[in-house]
Amino acid sequence: MTEGSVPVARRHGHIRWPGAAIGLFLSGAAAAGAQSLPPLTEVAGDPARGEALLRDMGRASCLICHEISQLDEKDMGEIGPLLDGVAERYDAGELRARVADARTLNPDTMMPPYYSLDGLAGVARAYRGQTIYSAQEVEDVVAFLLTLTDEAAQ
Amino acid sequence: MMPAPRPLMRLAAWLCALALPGLATAQDAPRSGYSYMEPETQALQDDDFLNPGFFLVDQGLALWQQPMGPEGQSCAGCHGAVETAMRGVAARYPAFDPAADRLMNLELRIQAEMAGRMQATPFDYSAPEMLALTAVISLQSRGLEMRPEINDETLPYLDMGREIYETRRGQLNLACLHCHDDHAGERLRGDVISQGQINAFPIYRLLWSEAGSRHRMFEWCMQSVRAEPFARGSDEFVALELYLAQRGAGLAMEAPGVRR
Ligand code: HEC
Ligand code: HEC
Ligand code: HEC
Repeated sequence: MTEGSVPVARRHGHIRWPGAAIGLFLSGAAAAGAQSLPPLTEVAGDPARGEALLRDMGRASCLICHEISQLDEKDMGEIGPLLDGVAERYDAGELRARVADARTLNPDTMMPPYYSLDGLAGVARAYRGQTIYSAQEVEDVVAFLLTLTDEAAQ
Repeated sequence: MMPAPRPLMRLAAWLCALALPGLATAQDAPRSGYSYMEPETQALQDDDFLNPGFFLVDQGLALWQQPMGPEGQSCAGCHGAVETAMRGVAARYPAFDPAADRLMNLELRIQAEMAGRMQATPFDYSAPEMLALTAVISLQSRGLEMRPEINDETLPYLDMGREIYETRRGQLNLACLHCHDDHAGERLRGDVISQGQINAFPIYRLLWSEAGSRHRMFEWCMQSVRAEPFARGSDEFVALELYLAQRGAGLAMEAPGVRR
């Protein structure tokens, strides 16, 4: 993936992907271009837990690559787009698809798959066979992302 | 162990790719990690008296002269002054060793000198003494261009190293290339990602509060994407080292470097 290979519009989330929303599963049924994912658990996500998780540097924090201005954190990364107002751009299903496995939207993505083991190689022993987040943790982080409205960013 | 040397055509293709910008993977001109550092960190490297890496150099100089093994031989006994004997050596390593029939980096070369000619127990790959000897030897290439020799013997390693560099690994599913080619100059958490060049090693790394080797750095990067690192001194890491040396060919050697 070179700078030029990711369209700027896509990096900023303006391109909406065509195709029906189809459920993705850990099994590898993940189809490229799929844009939405139904809830992974029955229990609604908890935004407070999601925020804590997203900020936890020991848990492959999103802030390694993304900035969220309303968070009082220094040294946030600039590899991925600013997540301010991300709830205006995507609904829960679309956010879930991105967190669970961003490769379904962009096979060349740098964003780690938080809830997929597909195609992983050379994983350190301590993490083998485990996804970065559990299903409930994905729900929690998505619940927090849904609080990132334009209003919240003010 | 290694695939048989490929015909000269492969070599020609490589040289071609390197000569024509745009065909090689590292499209940007090589840039030392130094240029991505804060001025305060650069100042530490610039001043030999402040540079914490120079403790290693002093230690290495003492080891260069120290008798070792049953015959009490020293490196200096055979080679003479390190300044002249080792001038330019680090700049062209890793290099193929015909006797051992493998690619060797400085650490492996030093282990071979100790085990072979000196019949001494070699320092461990990661021993402080090893780091010190590589520091004093690498210093003798300071200012010279890093430029390993690419030939029929080293080419298969170069390919292997390149493949490792470009392969996604670990729970975070990233290759070296994603950070060091695609996002050099951008902030990853608190760090500005550099091109991942190896011209300054061994480096004193402020984050570690100590110095470390090239392979320790590779290990750190692999661990940070939650990948199982290759062993220090393994064929995989020496091949990766050769690929990085070739990718950064022409950069001035700057050991001992100081990094964030
Ligand atoms: C290693 C870097 C990296 C990490 C870590 C990372 N992302 Fe991303 N993310 C990206 C990149 C790069 C993109 C741009 C789209 C692409 O290339 O796939 C992106 C895109 C996104 C998008 C779409 C944004 C938009 O405006 O289109 C969302 C939402 C997102 N990431 C959320 C997260 C969350 C939540 C986490 C943590 C659970 C996270 N990311 C962790 C690199 C990362
Ligand atoms: C997730 C991003 C990431 C990946 C993937 C990554 N690194 Fe790094 N690397 C860093 C960061 C951050 C640093 C410290 C800042 C800097 O010098 O770039 C670093 C530093 C380095 C350095 C030291 C540069 C210097 O000037 O001293 C080398 C060498 C290096 N990496 C090699 C590699 C190799 C080889 C791989 C693949 C096995 C790799 N890196 C994978 C992020 C990464
Ligand atoms: C018994 C004599 C002897 C001793 C002792 C000895 N060397 Fe050597 N060394 C040689 C010879 C001979 C060569 C091969 C010819 C050459 O490259 O100079 C060599 C080669 C080398 C090379 C490779 C140089 C190149 O151009 O590729 C390095 C590095 C080296 N020695 C380091 C050391 C170190 C460090 C020590 C001490 C731990 C040491 N040697 C001890 C005789 C010795």
